[in-house]
Amino acid sequence: MYPEEFRYTREHEWVKVEGDVGVVGITFHAQQALGDIVYVELPKVGAQAVQGKTLGTVESVKAVSDIYAPVSGEIIEVNQTLVDKPELLNRDPHGEAWLAKIRLRAPEELGNLLTARQYRDLVAEES
Amino acid sequence: MSAAGLPKRTPLYELHLELGARMVEFGGWEMPVQYSGIVEEHLAVRRAVGLFDVSHMGEIEIRGPEALALAEFVTTNQVSRLKTGQAQYSALLYEHGGFVDDLLVHKVADDHYFLCVNAANQEKDYRHICRYNRFRAEVEFAGPRYAQLALQGPKALATLAKLTSTDLAGIAYYHFRDGEVAGAPARIARTGYTGEDGFELYVAPAQGPRIFRELLRAGEEFGILPCGLGARNTLRLEAKMALYGHEIDATIRPAEADLNWIVKMEKGEFVGRAALQRLAAAGVRRKLVGFEMRGRGIARDGYPVYSDGRAAGWVTSGGPAPYLNKNIGLCYVPPELAEIGRTLHIAVRGRLIEAEIVRTPFYKRPKQN
Repeated sequence: MYPEEFRYTREHEWVKVEGDVGVVGITFHAQQALGDIVYVELPKVGAQAVQGKTLGTVESVKAVSDIYAPVSGEIIEVNQTLVDKPELLNRDPHGEAWLAKIRLRAPEELGNLLTARQYRDLVAEES
Repeated sequence: MSAAGLPKRTPLYELHLELGARMVEFGGWEMPVQYSGIVEEHLAVRRAVGLFDVSHMGEIEIRGPEALALAEFVTTNQVSRLKTGQAQYSALLYEHGGFVDDLLVHKVADDHYFLCVNAANQEKDYRHICRYNRFRAEVEFAGPRYAQLALQGPKALATLAKLTSTDLAGIAYYHFRDGEVAGAPARIARTGYTGEDGFELYVAPAQGPRIFRELLRAGEEFGILPCGLGARNTLRLEAKMALYGHEIDATIRPAEADLNWIVKMEKGEFVGRAALQRLAAAGVRRKLVGFEMRGRGIARDGYPVYSDGRAAGWVTSGGPAPYLNKNIGLCYVPPELAEIGRTLHIAVRGRLIEAEIVRTPFYKRPKQN
């Protein structure tokens, strides 16, 4: 369920490192807790993400939820497909429904994040 | 468990878990917010049939020779107009004209009225009614004696007909009959909170889980889904039905909430009447209106509303309308702004997003027969 190569936040975001870029999304657990996702607000390309600060917003029928940046750095790409197809976040949260790509400014920050195993334990505790 | 501080559970709690519901606390009750998903459940009710456990709702029974006098005095609608077997939407008001609650009043007999009230308000409503019971009618806090199931949607009748000998077609909208469902005594009311045709069933708590299961089986051929409070809320919003704590509360008067139609000033004295009379003379300061989002963004409960750059009011309920495929909401604005077609702006996380006042209800079911 939760890919080993990802790192995770306690707020249910994931990051996959590809070279000096972090691909960022929300976890399966996050989309499940939210329910039907109907709206996504993405950050702007060129903006600076700061670890732990708001990166964007997702809304389900029922709830509004902030997305927090798992890593710091410049946002170099966002997944525009989600603007018209927010429901992708329910279908493929760890793949097609990535949110943004961030050029890592401080790769050592990855040490603050959870491993897949630690994240699985966190989800187990919460459910 | 019902120890102090812990949310209460309906008799169907275990069944909800078995059906894979996600549970949330609502009004002091641990209730299913969704099973398969709010959108899917919402659409099942609009297109076929859905089944809700609404056993958290409260029941209060008023009996005795003075039952009518008490019911008439504490509610706003005209109880004396009811025929036996008829129900009416009504309200309990404070002396100052604000809402204690909204409710359904059912006339069971000349000396027996059956009230269905909101879950979180039931104790307050009971105390309120008792406080004004100078008539010495018998007032019973009857919530624990009932499980309530809501079967809603165009296929509700066909589903329920499989499980009852009661003539359902003979029960008109906002009428009810005491009959049986799946062999158990049931009060069968043609009422609901979704904007669809359907039934609300009041049964013994011990029978609730079995009847719920049997209804799910009976509705299978129509694609019935168990539905949670999430869909109940989106459905009632599309139908522009008030939710206590949102459109109405102790600070809101009926005229503001577009609910003057449940207030019968001509019926004589009732709690809150004097305040409403003063209000009618002075005029209201706000009106409830419906809006559709024009810009990209979703209005949510409590978001501020602006008109021409000035603060104008607040959103009482807002969100996506799954059947209409729009983002809609209800809000309070000053009466001079309450006109169809007017542009408002909703503050969505610090950004003003355009909305337009539209006619309500947002959704009205197609007329049948």
